[in-house]
Amino acid sequence: MEQDVVQRVKSDPNYQKLKSRRSKFGWTLTWAMMIVYYGFTLLVAFNKEFMGSRIGDGVMTWGIPLGLFVIVFTVVITGIYVRRANREYDELSDAIKAKVGAA
Amino acid sequence: MMRRLHTPVALALLAAAGIAHAAPDLGQGVKQATNWTAIIMFAVFVVGTLFITKWAAAKTRSASDFYTAGGGITGFQNGLAIAGDFMSAASFLGISAAVFLDGFDGLIYAIGFLVGWPVITFLMAERLRNLGRFTFADVASYRFAQKPIRVFAASGTLVVVAFYLIAQMVGAGQLIKLLFGLDYWIAVVLVGALMMVYVLFGGMTATTWVQIIKAVLLLSGASFMAFSVLAQYNFSPSQLFQTATEVHAKGVSIMGPGSFIKDPISAISFGMALMFGTAGLPHILMRFFTVPSAKEARKSVLWATTWIGYFYILTFIIGFGAIVLVGTNPAFKDAAGALLGGNNMAAVHLAQAVGGDVFLGFISAVAFATILAVVAGLTLSGASAVSHDLYATVFKKGQATSENELKVSKITTICLGIIAVLLGIAFEKQNVAFMVSLAFAIAASANFPVLFMSVLWKDCTTRGATVGGFLGLATAVILTVLSKSVWVDVLGNSAAIFPYASPAIFSMAIGFFGIWIFSITDKGPRARIDRAGFEAQEVRAETGIGAAGASGH
Repeated sequence: MEQDVVQRVKSDPNYQKLKSRRSKFGWTLTWAMMIVYYGFTLLVAFNKEFMGSRIGDGVMTWGIPLGLFVIVFTVVITGIYVRRANREYDELSDAIKAKVGAA
Repeated sequence: MMRRLHTPVALALLAAAGIAHAAPDLGQGVKQATNWTAIIMFAVFVVGTLFITKWAAAKTRSASDFYTAGGGITGFQNGLAIAGDFMSAASFLGISAAVFLDGFDGLIYAIGFLVGWPVITFLMAERLRNLGRFTFADVASYRFAQKPIRVFAASGTLVVVAFYLIAQMVGAGQLIKLLFGLDYWIAVVLVGALMMVYVLFGGMTATTWVQIIKAVLLLSGASFMAFSVLAQYNFSPSQLFQTATEVHAKGVSIMGPGSFIKDPISAISFGMALMFGTAGLPHILMRFFTVPSAKEARKSVLWATTWIGYFYILTFIIGFGAIVLVGTNPAFKDAAGALLGGNNMAAVHLAQAVGGDVFLGFISAVAFATILAVVAGLTLSGASAVSHDLYATVFKKGQATSENELKVSKITTICLGIIAVLLGIAFEKQNVAFMVSLAFAIAASANFPVLFMSVLWKDCTTRGATVGGFLGLATAVILTVLSKSVWVDVLGNSAAIFPYASPAIFSMAIGFFGIWIFSITDKGPRARIDRAGFEAQEVRAETGIGAAGASGH
């Protein structure tokens, strides 16, 4: 890529917007995922009694819905990112491309 | 958590993305009577996939077609293929077996294999698609001196592929001996030969479609099993759980964490290997280059995550189904009360319990197809490391023609196929359970840090990435050798020198630290070029400007 294209893109406010928004959003969600996953793992490692304790009158314990929650959370958080990226970020990068006349 | 891993299923599960674990458990399994239903169904699968290979072969002319299906795979298709790479025979049999044995503990494994995907989506997927063409080395070496990084990336790829491949081949032989009643060596040769045909003639197009078909078959089969189990309990999970706790030897304790997680360092380390290893597996990374745009790359991870998550929930239900329908049925047990063929057969027996002999044949055929599809993807990624990274870029300095590159990748495919068969036979009696976990640890400690730092850190240099990457790789290998799974289980020493289940927490740290320290102290002329190249790389990574639209047609 030619250096002048790089400079033109970098000076585009849309590019700055895209970069900072995506990076902030991506890292926020990454940390959320890490907290949920390692939180679950540490709960299993350190508080087995809680995970094995019953929720109601039946045999259902806290551990199983929490575990299933982590699985569902993983899918949902991925969906949230992809939904936003496929609208907002692609729009911004299309605008940047149009401006510099690149494909 | 893994210090008590000598129970075969737990050991097994370390390898859930591969079939490795089948080895200790299935290894002693007796050869079964020849299962014709399963063989006929598998034959139907093979004939179908060979037709697809013929169709794909007509489309596979250039190196780009071979490596990435010409970039013509949609996000949905690619998502299924990625899910297929992950839903191996081991995830299916191993995780359901863990649930069958311990209940809740099986869920911990399933979760570990899923949580890497969001991280790949948020930080890597689009950038990979925007920067790379054929291999992850294209991305890692984007602004660096080509030779050292390519040599590193090819080593990282080949080591990961080799361990993964051996584990798959050994697992395949053992599993097929049990399910089909074929001799071990016949099974291994069959897998090797079919895999070579797919990759050689159909390249990435055939490999992807084989993976997609298998993923659909496996998801349908598992859905049917989970549905049948729940149907017997009026679709009330609590009734299922209630019955399970009544009939299971461990009673209500299967509803909470058992003996699985003992030491938090092992737990975190193992979790890191799974989470970040996924983002460093070459055959998975390669799939991001088969889609035409960053948008499709994102969609593919979302589909992959959805299918894998759904699949693991099914596996959990299947495990509980096996507790109530298989564990209580003496027909599935030997005289001593153990499950016929070992605990990993829980899901297979459940198939018979809910669907009779025909469905048993179907599930057995799908298990075989699963191994075949995963092996083909691994071989393709190994071949591309040799032909694209070593031959075309390092040896020919980027001057190789597409035809020559294609020729080299086909020769490499044949060599890898033969090597895989020979190693598969050589390792028949060996305990290979450590191999897939080692592959994940290397991917997390060598490939992932280099990829991550080269894309996101401005001051990363050629020297830093190469030295740090090799340090991570070496640490992961050495610590694995010193850990229980090799030092005690393979080499026969009495106590492990490295006490934790996975080296990742240490080897990843060393990999990242190595990249950092050897980059910031790098003041050479090349380091200046490396740092100056970051701007252009960043612009392309963020926007896709300059990226080949449909992978270089």
